[in-house]
Amino acid sequence: MMPEATVPMEHALIVAALLFGIGLFGLMLRRNIIFMLMALEVMLNGAALAFIAAAAHWGNPDGQVMFLFILSIAAAEVSVGLGLVLQMRRQIRSLDMNDASQLRG
Amino acid sequence: MIPVLFYVAAAIAVGAAILAMTRSNAAHALIFLIVSLLGIAVLFFLLGAPFAAALQVVVYAGAIMVLFVFVIMMLNLGGNSQEKEHDLLSFEYWLVPGVMAGILLGELVIAINQTTNPLVSDPVLPKAVALSLFGPYMLGVELASMLLLAGLVGAYHLGRDFLVRNRERSS
Repeated sequence: MMPEATVPMEHALIVAALLFGIGLFGLMLRRNIIFMLMALEVMLNGAALAFIAAAAHWGNPDGQVMFLFILSIAAAEVSVGLGLVLQMRRQIRSLDMNDASQLRG
Repeated sequence: MIPVLFYVAAAIAVGAAILAMTRSNAAHALIFLIVSLLGIAVLFFLLGAPFAAALQVVVYAGAIMVLFVFVIMMLNLGGNSQEKEHDLLSFEYWLVPGVMAGILLGELVIAINQTTNPLVSDPVLPKAVALSLFGPYMLGVELASMLLLAGLVGAYHLGRDFLVRNRERSS
């Protein structure tokens, strides 16, 4: 048992779950594609926090390795996503996801 | 002392994320999102991952958020420029994020001044991460580099305006 000045891993995981839930609700709530990309960032951060908390709890470097992978995935996702935002603005002159319905989805 | 820092940073990270998701102005939402990322970086530091915290600040709050800033300014989503300058001068827009970021900075100073990190008994040092990253996870590093290359090529392809020109020619 550690000295009393500790934070249980569960609390860090609760914070991670809260962040993930906020990102999920933001993704479902907003229709502006910029805000949807921001919500995706919040969700990725929640996942990263869960990995770091688990790595700290078990003293294992694998969690931090996964954080590095999440970082590179987020960088690639944001660059492609913002390129799509620019194309969307050029082609349909709107950032609303409901206007991008050419596929009749 | 350290648990208090953890809970304050967690509250700031969650609160700033909620505020970011509920703003109507994209530039204001982005400021709150950056504060949330900085709060998560402080959480990483307190959880014994200083290297991950530094990467969170440099790559996430720095590089990735700069992409968002470029696109938001390019698309002029923050209202017209004169109103935007007026917004910058009225302090109600930067007071809350500024106070949040100041609290996080104070926490970081306090946490760095602690000689030991009592939150975790044996923090995972960057050396162990590097040995794992370039040992058993070598294939993952190669795949991540290929993913970044694909993202680079994809962003370059999508960023050009040839799609609009093709459409005008065909119509």
